[in-house]
Amino acid sequence: MDRRSFVKSSAALSGLAVFGSFNQVLAQGTGPIKIGLLTPLTGVVASGGKEIAEGFNLYWDQIGRKIAGREVQIFTEDDGSNPDIALQKARKLTEQTKVDFLIGDLLANTGLAVAEYAKTAGIPYFIPVIAADDLTQRKRIPNVIRVAGYTASQMPRPLADYVFKKKGYRKIITISQDYTFGHEQCGGFAQVFTELGGSIIAQHWNPLNTQDFSPYLAQIQSAKPDAVFAMETGADATRLIQQWSNFGMKGKIPLLGAQNATDQSVIRTLGAEAEGIISSAHFAEGYDAPATKKFVAEYEAAYKNLPSIYGFSHYSAAMWIGEALKAVKGNVEDRPKFLEAVRNVVLASSPLGRPVRLDTYGNPIYDVFIRDVVKRADGRYWNVPLETYPAVSQFWTYNPEEYMKQPPYSRTFQGIKKS
Amino acid sequence: MNPLTNSSTNFTRNFSTMFASKPVWTIIVVALLMLVPTLLPGYHTSLATLTLIYALLAMSVDILAGFAGRTPLCHGAIFGSAAYVVMYYGTVVGGNPWIGVALGIATAVAVSLVFALLAVRTSGVYFLLLTLALGMIVWGVCQRWTSVTGGENGLRGNVRPDWLMDPVRFYYFVLVVGIAASLLMWRFIRSPLGLALKGIRESESRMRSLGYNTTLHLVIGFLFSGLMAGISGVLYAFFNSFISPSTVALSQSVKGLLMAIIGGVGTLFGGAVGAIIIVMLENVVSSFTERWSMALGLLFVVTMIFAPEGIVGKVRSLLRRRKTNKKV
Repeated sequence: MDRRSFVKSSAALSGLAVFGSFNQVLAQGTGPIKIGLLTPLTGVVASGGKEIAEGFNLYWDQIGRKIAGREVQIFTEDDGSNPDIALQKARKLTEQTKVDFLIGDLLANTGLAVAEYAKTAGIPYFIPVIAADDLTQRKRIPNVIRVAGYTASQMPRPLADYVFKKKGYRKIITISQDYTFGHEQCGGFAQVFTELGGSIIAQHWNPLNTQDFSPYLAQIQSAKPDAVFAMETGADATRLIQQWSNFGMKGKIPLLGAQNATDQSVIRTLGAEAEGIISSAHFAEGYDAPATKKFVAEYEAAYKNLPSIYGFSHYSAAMWIGEALKAVKGNVEDRPKFLEAVRNVVLASSPLGRPVRLDTYGNPIYDVFIRDVVKRADGRYWNVPLETYPAVSQFWTYNPEEYMKQPPYSRTFQGIKKS
Repeated sequence: MNPLTNSSTNFTRNFSTMFASKPVWTIIVVALLMLVPTLLPGYHTSLATLTLIYALLAMSVDILAGFAGRTPLCHGAIFGSAAYVVMYYGTVVGGNPWIGVALGIATAVAVSLVFALLAVRTSGVYFLLLTLALGMIVWGVCQRWTSVTGGENGLRGNVRPDWLMDPVRFYYFVLVVGIAASLLMWRFIRSPLGLALKGIRESESRMRSLGYNTTLHLVIGFLFSGLMAGISGVLYAFFNSFISPSTVALSQSVKGLLMAIIGGVGTLFGGAVGAIIIVMLENVVSSFTERWSMALGLLFVVTMIFAPEGIVGKVRSLLRRRKTNKKV
């Protein structure tokens, strides 16, 4: 390259740069409300990521992408199921696209990375499926709110109570994916179950993406527990349930699931193997409340599938944020007021058919269902409620301050009460 | 002989002379880099910061891959372990960030020493696989040692000293460190030690019969490369305020190597070009299509077919051809 062509090319380069900065200036203003949606469209949880985008968009499409007199624009970015990429995309949405708030992410580590960024940048960040306990407990961040979400240990606790009291199980084995989300769900279950007087006779931790569960299943068979609590997500859940059935354990040892194990995203790929697994969750697509029925029908019409926890949570979250935006008359720029409004929303029209609100720590309080997987008339399987535990918070029956003095659940701390 | 590095000797020599004869070029590049915060404010500056950090990583990979003829797949682990130590020291222990930096770099060097002692006796694909396995061990430790590393969730928290909080200032800080480190690397590869490494790349047995302690040379080369990877890891911890096992995973090592290969193995500064391209693909192209990794794959294939010596290598050979044509 001689000097002249260098001058030309550098002029072109700086021209480009200036053009880039113009874009940013234009993007500011009082016009549309800009939402940054982070979701894994590639990587290990890409299928769940797609449902996040579907659920979230469904609500805005239904109301014509307009709220409180302002247009709503959604900027979707792929977090690649990777915390480093998620963080980079959060930066981009905040600093370049200049969105008014961020929402989304699926894997806990991506959510935690973005939460850390949101803390320093001050941008509101909503986490409908990031269930890491401490984000609304010991390490709360004021502008990170679990809108329409849940904490990992919140949901299995009613199940532990139910199977102890109603089913009379006393000896349970847990099998779980070996990562924080699994540790926390098992911890919630184990703590309540052992405090009631039950015993956890063994805990198996399988690595993520386990192909073959036979070593665990053989150990479970020989230990003869009253039931097994399985905390698996995605393909691991599918494989465990299939192999459970192939091993002939279905119908012999009762299988209990964390909500992800029998989530619609899992059981829609399975057949009769999934039938009869008891789990607990705030959402059951087979609930016969009119609001739930309506949502399930609309979702099915739009995307041909029954909604999973990902789609449901992000639909509800969109609704929740919509209510808050109405309350502040579209003035999303006043962040403290907007966040206050989000915290104060009592979501009456959610697909759950019952009002939902946040506790003082920023996590929703739900009526939690004990669910059973049953066959629908059209041959598909879904979760139907058996019983309801009203107003379950992330602290169960514990005093929040006392509870938070105990360490977070981990592989080594499961809250198991020594009898 | 490693096919990646085979053709690079001439270019290296060429570049060295070019570098010396055209300090103008260096000044222009540095001046442009100085102008980045003005020309590309806001988010783009942080992207440029990230690019510089990755450039350093890619260049550290190139020291081994391009100049010692040993292609490593463990630099993500070295990079990540430095970042982990900085994060741990800053967030859990809560000590002075600069002590954390020192500890981080020391860890990177220590990890490289272990890796080097185990791996330098091999070469070619064996070296590649051995370093891959060693890197995976680090990843496994980060994933499993939950009480220290936070497991899957990683460690979070700001570890940057207060006076570096401003993104523009931080960019300049990274730039200064980056330039200093690049100069050091450039000096290293032209030093007698660096030349001996090149000799080992061409023929280890001949170097040994000439009386060189090739193992020692390779270990020193590995340590120096690890030191540079460690520095970029420390900067990464400052930049990201977050670390998780994905930062030390194989994909990180592969990323560093891809950057070096696309830019041009054995060109040193090719790593910087590769870093620009891959960071752009990952952050800009991915906003338009979720198939950005396909674009990366295509780019890689095209590079391998039309410019196996990498982009910088190709440009250099074209320039050289033009120059000889003019003379004729």
